Amino acid sequence: MSMLNITIDGKATQVPAGSKIIDACQQLDINVPTLCYLNLDVMKYNNMAASCRVCVVEVEGRRNLAPACATPIMDGMVVKTNTLRVLLARKTVLELLLSDHPKDCLVCSKSGDCELQDLAEDFGIREVGFTGAMSTYRQDVSPSIIRDMDKCVMCRRCETMCNDIQSCGVLSGVNRGFEAVVAPAFEMNLEDSVCTNCGQCTQVCPVGALVENDHTWKVIDALADPEKVTVVQTAPAVRAAIGEACGMEPGQSFTGKMAAALRHLGFDHVFDTDWAADLTIMEEGSEFLDRLQKFLDGDKNVKLPIMTSCCPGWVKFFEHQFPDMLDVPSTAKSPQQMFGAIAKNYYADLLGIPREKMVVVSVMPCLAKKYEAARPEFAVDGNPDVDIVISSRELGRLIKTMNIDFASLPEEDFDNPLGYSTGAAPIFGNSGGVMEAALRTAYELATGETLPAVEFEAVRALTGIKTADIQVGPHTLKVGVASGLGNARELLDKVRSGEEQFHVIEIMACPGGCIGGGGQPYHHGDMEILKKRNEVLYKEDEGKPERKSHENPYIVEIYEKYLGKPLSEKAHHLLHTHYFKRQQL
Amino acid sequence: MAEKKQLRIATRNSGFIDPENIDSYIAVGGYLGLAKCISEMTPEQVIEEMKNSGLRGRGGAGFPTGVKWGFAAKYQSDTKYVVCNADEGDPGAFMDRAVLEGDPHSVLEAMAIGAYAIGGNKGTIYIRAEYPLAIERLKIAIAQAEEKGLLGANILGSDFSFDLDIKYGAGAFVCGEETALIASMEGSRGEPYTKPPFPAEAGYWDKPTIVNNVETLSIIPAILVKGADWFNKIGSETSKGTKVFALAGKIKNVGLVEVPMGITLQEVIMEVGGGCPGGKKFKAVQTGGPSGGALTYKDLDAPIDYENLIARNSMMGSGGMIVMDEDDCMVAVAKFFLDFTMEETCGKCTPCRIGSKRIYETLDRITMGQGTQEDIEKLKSLSVNIKDTALCGLGQTMPNPVLSTMRVFEDEYTAHVVDKKCPAGVCSDLLEFTVVADKCVGCTLCAKVCPVDCISGAAKEVHVIDQAACIKCGACLDKCKFDAIIKQ
Repeated sequence: MSMLNITIDGKATQVPAGSKIIDACQQLDINVPTLCYLNLDVMKYNNMAASCRVCVVEVEGRRNLAPACATPIMDGMVVKTNTLRVLLARKTVLELLLSDHPKDCLVCSKSGDCELQDLAEDFGIREVGFTGAMSTYRQDVSPSIIRDMDKCVMCRRCETMCNDIQSCGVLSGVNRGFEAVVAPAFEMNLEDSVCTNCGQCTQVCPVGALVENDHTWKVIDALADPEKVTVVQTAPAVRAAIGEACGMEPGQSFTGKMAAALRHLGFDHVFDTDWAADLTIMEEGSEFLDRLQKFLDGDKNVKLPIMTSCCPGWVKFFEHQFPDMLDVPSTAKSPQQMFGAIAKNYYADLLGIPREKMVVVSVMPCLAKKYEAARPEFAVDGNPDVDIVISSRELGRLIKTMNIDFASLPEEDFDNPLGYSTGAAPIFGNSGGVMEAALRTAYELATGETLPAVEFEAVRALTGIKTADIQVGPHTLKVGVASGLGNARELLDKVRSGEEQFHVIEIMACPGGCIGGGGQPYHHGDMEILKKRNEVLYKEDEGKPERKSHENPYIVEIYEKYLGKPLSEKAHHLLHTHYFKRQQL
Repeated sequence: MAEKKQLRIATRNSGFIDPENIDSYIAVGGYLGLAKCISEMTPEQVIEEMKNSGLRGRGGAGFPTGVKWGFAAKYQSDTKYVVCNADEGDPGAFMDRAVLEGDPHSVLEAMAIGAYAIGGNKGTIYIRAEYPLAIERLKIAIAQAEEKGLLGANILGSDFSFDLDIKYGAGAFVCGEETALIASMEGSRGEPYTKPPFPAEAGYWDKPTIVNNVETLSIIPAILVKGADWFNKIGSETSKGTKVFALAGKIKNVGLVEVPMGITLQEVIMEVGGGCPGGKKFKAVQTGGPSGGALTYKDLDAPIDYENLIARNSMMGSGGMIVMDEDDCMVAVAKFFLDFTMEETCGKCTPCRIGSKRIYETLDRITMGQGTQEDIEKLKSLSVNIKDTALCGLGQTMPNPVLSTMRVFEDEYTAHVVDKKCPAGVCSDLLEFTVVADKCVGCTLCAKVCPVDCISGAAKEVHVIDQAACIKCGACLDKCKFDAIIKQ
């Protein structure tokens, strides 16, 4: 690749052709402030709207200032990043942005995580030199996401995420002039649109324009209610990230401290979605083997591939976008909903209380889980299996609100029986993890032999689409794994057209899987954080005494005592669901 | 004689030929330029001829057409596009419309020449849907040219093929900016993107694309027929050929004129245009459309070309000329144009979206007498910073009306904020209508016509206007037969 010379602030360097000024700045450790620019290599996400104009720099021989984020480097370019002209221009741009931005930082849910706030602080802006009309829009509240476009800075990051990466096309620029804003078509509510509630828009929004629908206080109310028995479950990916929301460094397992914090918060029963993940593998794995056997026997009514159904963003996505394929995904409920169904039926019976007395709270890395829990088919006479869903970020906030010093908490275990899990469960949080967990169990159930090595490296990378051939007894299984809905669409289009055939496919709506979920602590563009969370979950798996779901003694027990066997009538009633055709716009 | 000053190249056929009959165009030498290119010239020679002619884009920025074509020719691609920008949107400007309605074939011919030169094979005319007659005539012209083998496959029996279609703009001003135009053509929101890469490298569907304005295109066949040297001799040092201007506002001869570049403003406004009607004093002319700037009585001897206009904080733009006389307030004029750009910015980049609003609001305050000296200073620095940071041509030129009016008429701004007076008597909030006691005969007509009954006085006695209640409608002033009411 040809190299280009560039001099920035008197420092010379060489960069590959095609690089932007900002790439060379990073190479030279020259910090250029940015707002709209965001480059997430892991996701192949690159927002180069060049709309905020905060990163402008002086380029010798150019009439006006150039946005560092989007200006390609020409050989011999001479750039200055900190002249008076540049600083005044940036300050003007920032003050203009602030002049149309609510000054409610003290009560904004993004306070402390806001990139505009950081910029204002870095520039030492103490007074906004411009006053005038402010944008006012109707607040749009969906079960998962709150859109407050009064705070929108038109960076278009959400639009790039929703269109280029997630291929949902919900958000795009509308209107002209001062009224220009990002919105769903026809000013539709998010709730009525094809939005999957994945929440990736909230991960990239630099300000508080797109945030989660916060249910923290519903949890506090439930905990304070003496009439209620509170049960909490925590998803696999939360333990790899919750410490980040409490000021700790990423890359550690926070499982023990999290269990301690939840107990400290006052939950009566501190359980684990990981247990339900093992249960999911039993049902989904058995369904797969059943379908595969029928398929091999020549049953024309059987559809392959089977696709995972753990991810509610993905479920809503295919209901909207692939309504002709509703019989392809597994009918198994997600671990969250399996847990809710078992808690409100089996466990409530065990405690001898009516289901109405029990409050099931989920802590999820996900915003779509809020929507999933509210789906009417997951309620009995209006009483939902899962009452309240909070995201990792909200749990972090709850811990702070309740004055718990997370870092100094001891490591504790989950309660039993719904808190014990095998190594197959925590890896659900990584893209490829459900596949790997399913393969471990399916292999042993199908062959009756012990799996020689439990690690399936072929499905472990953080890439968007992974495919592999896995030998299970006499059969070679073609497996596909996709994370990010754009990748899912790509894979599904190939399946639909017959271009590629698979036996089993795992799909997660968020790039990288749940570790990169829309409800996780903000990564602020640092993809190393995702890699660290990914490693934490694989380490957690390694450290477990059992690593296959069917070896979980509490899973064995619930089948013996209550469910019978996988796919039994009772299991079908409690642990399986069905899908609905939804509108495509 | 005013006509002598005019020279018609772009509009050479408009009004003289039947625009719905290709034979009429051919009879005056139409398609001869294309034939010459295909039969006698290599694409490189065509580009060289264009460069030698010195023709620069008539859409606004004045980029040399031959150079633009040269860039596009340089890039290898299976498909290259020629796009005609017919999204004429400046208020009061209609030269492109005149050409499209009067001489559509000249545009088609030029597009084919452009395609031949850059190695392109497809063309699109992006035209605003508000030009139904122009669209109709273009459709007829395309069909006729295809029938004659002047468009489509193997033009004039050669290996060169060129297909043309039409796309309609939905009326967004910003879509006249070439990258926004391309985004709109692709079915996206009409919004500019940052350059480079320029369309010549990666434009329509990421293919090399040249975007040329209607007037630019209409000139090209004439250059090919008469030669670069002929064209090169017309105009000024840096700006060759002629320019069509749309004269509007306070000028006697309203309409289109085509004059050689380098002609002075004096000649265009006073001689060709006939000056301001009613013997009023010429004050300024807005050139370059809403994001151009005001040239003033001080600039009358300035030769009109690209560089001279930019040096005076204006620009050539597409050729609108809105003339203002002594009765126009320059602050109100700047506010008027900012009102337009504020509504028409796409809203993508911060300086244009919010900056235009803040400029407008400041001007509005000033015209209402609520401005301060600090506002004037802020207007200046904000304008400079917007020009320096905005994403596209619209934003980069949007503050021009402010900067150019301030250049000569800063005293008017000062009068608004310090004396709270509008010297031109336009800004109604700053006006006072008073009765001149010496002249008032007490006829009571003013009191009768006043819609808010704020004029009192008995018959045959001097009347008095209650300033607190007066809404400054001016009805009394118009009614008074004795010049006894003054506005100041």
